Amino acid sequence: MAIEHHDYDVLVLGSGGSGLRAAIAAAEAGAKTGLVCKSLLGKAHTVMAEGGLAASLGNVDPRDGWETHFQDTMFGGKYLNNWRMAELHAKEAPDRARELEHWGAVFDRTPDRRMSQRAFGGHTYKRLVHIGDRTGLEMIRTLQDKTVHSAVDVFMETTITRLIKDGERVVGCFGYRRPTGEQITFSAKALVLATGGSGRIYKITSNSQDCTGDGYALAYEAGAEMVDMEFVQFHPTGMVYPPGVAGLLVTEAVRGEGGILRNALGERFMEKYDPKRMELSTRDVVARSIYTEVKEGRGTPHGGAYLDVSHLDSDYVRRKLPSMYDQFLELAGVDITKEPMQVGPTCHYFMGGIKVDADTGATRVPGLFATGEASGGMNGANRLGGNSLGDLLVFGRRAGLGAAEAAGKAGSVSLPADELAAAQAEVDTFLNGSGTENPFQMHKELQTIMGDGVGIFRDREGLSEAIGKLEGLQSRVGNLRAPSNRLDYNPGWQLCREVRNMLTVSLMISRAALMREESRGGHSRLDFTAYSDYWSENNIVTHMHSDGEMVLTPTPVITRDELGALVEARKEAEKAS
Amino acid sequence: MRRDRWWVQPALIVAALTVFGIYSIVRAILSKYYAITAGGAHLQSPFFSPDLPGIFSFKTGLPWAFLVLWAPLGMRSTCYYYRKSYYRSFFLAPPSCAVAGAARRRYTGETKLPLVLNNLHRFFFYLAVLVVAFLWYDAIRGFFYHGSFGIGLGNAIMLINVLCLSAFTFGCNSWRHIIGGKLNCFSCSSAARTRHGLWQKFSILNGHHQFWAWISMFTVGLTDLYIWLASSGVFTDPHHVF
Amino acid sequence: MSETLTAGGTRKLQIWRGDLTSGELVDYELETEPGMVVLDAVLEIQRSQAPDLAVRWNCKAAKCGSCSAEVNGRPRLMCKTRLDHLPADQPITVEPLRAFPLIRDLVTDVSWNYEVNKKIPPFTPREDLPEGDFLIDQADTDRMSEFRKCIECFMCQDVCHILRDHRLHDRYYGPRFMVRMASLDMHPLDGLDRIDQIADDGGIGLCNITKCCTEVCPEGIHITDNAIIPLKERVVDARYDPLLKILGRNRRRPGKKKPAV
Ligand SMILES: Cc1cc2nc3c(=O)[nH]c(=O)nc-3n(C[C@H](O)[C@H](O)[C@H](O)COP(=O)(O)OP(=O)(O)OC[C@H]3O[C@@H](n4cnc5c(N)ncnc54)[C@H](O)[C@@H]3O)c2cc1C
Ligand code: SF4
Ligand code: SF4
Ligand code: FES
Repeated sequence: MAIEHHDYDVLVLGSGGSGLRAAIAAAEAGAKTGLVCKSLLGKAHTVMAEGGLAASLGNVDPRDGWETHFQDTMFGGKYLNNWRMAELHAKEAPDRARELEHWGAVFDRTPDRRMSQRAFGGHTYKRLVHIGDRTGLEMIRTLQDKTVHSAVDVFMETTITRLIKDGERVVGCFGYRRPTGEQITFSAKALVLATGGSGRIYKITSNSQDCTGDGYALAYEAGAEMVDMEFVQFHPTGMVYPPGVAGLLVTEAVRGEGGILRNALGERFMEKYDPKRMELSTRDVVARSIYTEVKEGRGTPHGGAYLDVSHLDSDYVRRKLPSMYDQFLELAGVDITKEPMQVGPTCHYFMGGIKVDADTGATRVPGLFATGEASGGMNGANRLGGNSLGDLLVFGRRAGLGAAEAAGKAGSVSLPADELAAAQAEVDTFLNGSGTENPFQMHKELQTIMGDGVGIFRDREGLSEAIGKLEGLQSRVGNLRAPSNRLDYNPGWQLCREVRNMLTVSLMISRAALMREESRGGHSRLDFTAYSDYWSENNIVTHMHSDGEMVLTPTPVITRDELGALVEARKEAEKAS
Repeated sequence: MRRDRWWVQPALIVAALTVFGIYSIVRAILSKYYAITAGGAHLQSPFFSPDLPGIFSFKTGLPWAFLVLWAPLGMRSTCYYYRKSYYRSFFLAPPSCAVAGAARRRYTGETKLPLVLNNLHRFFFYLAVLVVAFLWYDAIRGFFYHGSFGIGLGNAIMLINVLCLSAFTFGCNSWRHIIGGKLNCFSCSSAARTRHGLWQKFSILNGHHQFWAWISMFTVGLTDLYIWLASSGVFTDPHHVF
Repeated sequence: MSETLTAGGTRKLQIWRGDLTSGELVDYELETEPGMVVLDAVLEIQRSQAPDLAVRWNCKAAKCGSCSAEVNGRPRLMCKTRLDHLPADQPITVEPLRAFPLIRDLVTDVSWNYEVNKKIPPFTPREDLPEGDFLIDQADTDRMSEFRKCIECFMCQDVCHILRDHRLHDRYYGPRFMVRMASLDMHPLDGLDRIDQIADDGGIGLCNITKCCTEVCPEGIHITDNAIIPLKERVVDARYDPLLKILGRNRRRPGKKKPAV
């Protein structure tokens, strides 16, 4: 039977903020554009973002400008960021925010009727454009509507399992439609990965089901480089109870509005860890503090810390934090205006990702582009809240334009038959092979390994053990088979390839974490607690050797001379204070 | 399949609206005992206001109340809230949420005669405002006995009734539209800002439209019943004149 | 404080299994954890008892609107419905939405909604706007913001009898898109006169304001009172109000133009 096939100039994988923005840009540049996503349109992980979009509009605080935003981003990222990305992001985010508004997004206002901006951890000035606590939804809906009225064909609930190369060049991809299981192929002169992060490698995560690191694995297998994979952001406050919702995000705005953290003894423990900024310290610090309290036996009954807003006026809490109020009342039976919440760290964001050219989103593989959480470099060792949504827009657009330009220059492409056959064989083996490994089971094992060995605090011993176990899993991964062999909407089948992707990602993370012998941002080593001079100038870049081995290479940070003064000024200011 | 007792609510609504409807018709046809006049009082039943025979000085044995009743009844039967309740409980379209309604070959909603006329609700609102104005007049007049101020059970009931009716009338969705809802920009002129302020206030009332719809229906009925009983001599209206 | 929720013990679920041609409620039993939601239970059954059970979900945080189903006969987000909030003495039924064609088990084909959305012209700025930043008041933002909370769970579409029972998908856009229309028509800077679409292709006249949509909306949007009824009143202004017609004001919509067809 003939497989469904489509031809595009630019094909975007992923319909989160970055994918939608890329598709819009590519279509506007005149490329014939397609968009593929695993879930329904408008349901991508971006929809969950709450706090806001960082852009130095200066509407609330006129002192703000791109320079300060750049400096904040660099400082937050502990200077491991790709300077050019941090620069472009800071410079272009305001225009992207305005553009969103011109496409119909509705944001909260200042008294003089302009876009309002709120304070967030690590941002010097009030900078986050927002609407209540559902900024991601606003962004997704706006981009979604823009997309469906642009010349973009959308393929929903279609899972891509493999990129297809012709020689060195990526020329398309292969996957299947989830509702029917029917196979589908795309040829594309340029392909943009906007597949988001990989939170599902941890049991406790704020991420949605889609976040299985597919893009990381697909790009890696296609020969792209990955950067900064050791840096995983654990958000300090996720729900810890009841078990079914453990990991669900408790927004930073709770602390922003005056929430206080206490341990089981009633001590306000942030006094010990960061007396200056207390609860509003950076995410890595707060997450480590909570973790330490619990580890040292001062945790709450369900293994977290208390986060309390009950001293605030109850109407105010209900007005300012409506979804948190609902979330706890509905899911945990806790009235947060009366009793404290129990919270603990939850896996939230991947600073690392596919290594790209800042200006165009191009990877080192011809025809392959990446953007959004799938790409790395912008955030260095730690991301500031609100910088992701800006990142999606700025680099989504750039990747879309970059891909459209590359597609314009490329000749026609076709999918080599042997590559296609290999892709087909893989999904078929998951369905009809003789394997005996259950993907649900293996996913659980993987999550346990990552949670135990590659969590917030890491050390050589734990990492080595985790890597050993992951390698053990790797030897079994070829033996995965879905428990049911039906084609239509088969969750086990879907999970087979996802587990494989997550395993690849987990290995990258743990190996890079083992290599980086220092503590910095989202990466904390118990055996190397300080900064190291060497590592302050190097990123870890990971790629697949032609023999299939994973290779990790320390690579100097990408700097820019003309930004040197800004960076130095910030470093000086930090030292002084 | 819903397994809760979803049919209780529509059944109660059918019962209440039917009782009220029959009561109104019976009263209009009866066409007497609609004012307490003993002791210089003038307490007029809301079913018989404005007092057409009084105003135009005619006498009739015919049920003239129908000449005024159609306006408030029209207000209620085109009211967005009442529409919801009778579509559900009388038309079974749908009887309750996620419960299959009466199988109807063709459903046309409010697009065909007569239901399309519900779109003229705002005109019944205008008339209802007129009627409420008369009732306010009646209520205030009810506090004067031969020109002296007095308080009694009857005029207190009338006052409560007209308050409830006003709350119902000005919670009207059409009114909420007219006062400010129709604006696309709440802030583009000072008039718009004022109307936005009013819109917000009436929106609060509108949020309780269902509550006031029922309460005012009962108060109207009970006020009339009180006046009927008191004026027909079952008891006398207790009051004190200052 | 933060009391431990009581575990529900063993619960019985009846999950609809099947496709367009045939299907039935199938009984499952599972040991519940404290605080479990219906989606947890369904996924646990999928993991341990029925690996091919089809169910759609994504965020598990009541934010994406993927996991809509009919629990005990009422449309609900499975990830937001606690087992211990449902009557303990009866099995819990979980069925797919009914207003849309079934794909399998709990998954329905909601693509019709996306088709409808395509027909609605996006926000189009008025032509008379000054250069520079948009100036919008918080008052206007607040009104639109309620509509824009919609997570597109399509449960209002499911429960609307016009779609559910009368199957008039070709004549009524459904409450979700009346909400969308309201957010656009009430945007102070939108330059399109959308009344004809709302009344004609959109079919607002079919809505008999019976409010089931509002009852099920997980975002608490007052769909009927704040979107549909105000739009109906706008249609009355333009089409039914004889007084406005006589005064020549029935089509007065400053800054708004009819969309090019
Ligand atoms: C609870 C929460 C709150 C947050 N709040 C904020 C905030 O306030 N501010 C901020 O800046 N950031 C915030 N973030 C982070 C931010 O939301 C994410 O980093 C961002 O949304 C990622 O967007 P994306 O476009 O890269 O990818 P995603 O939104 O993750 O989308 C990935 C897309 O790729 C598709 N996909 C994946 N794999 C495949 C495949 N194999 N085949 C086909 N399609 C595939 C998916 O279906 C999906 O459409 C928050 C995150 C969370 C979890
Ligand atoms: S109020 Fe209108 S749109 Fe809402 S469910 Fe009822 S008929 Fe449908
Ligand atoms: S309006 Fe409410 S019920 Fe309807 S789709 Fe949106 S969120 Fe769901
Ligand atoms: S899974 Fe997203 S709303 Fe339930």
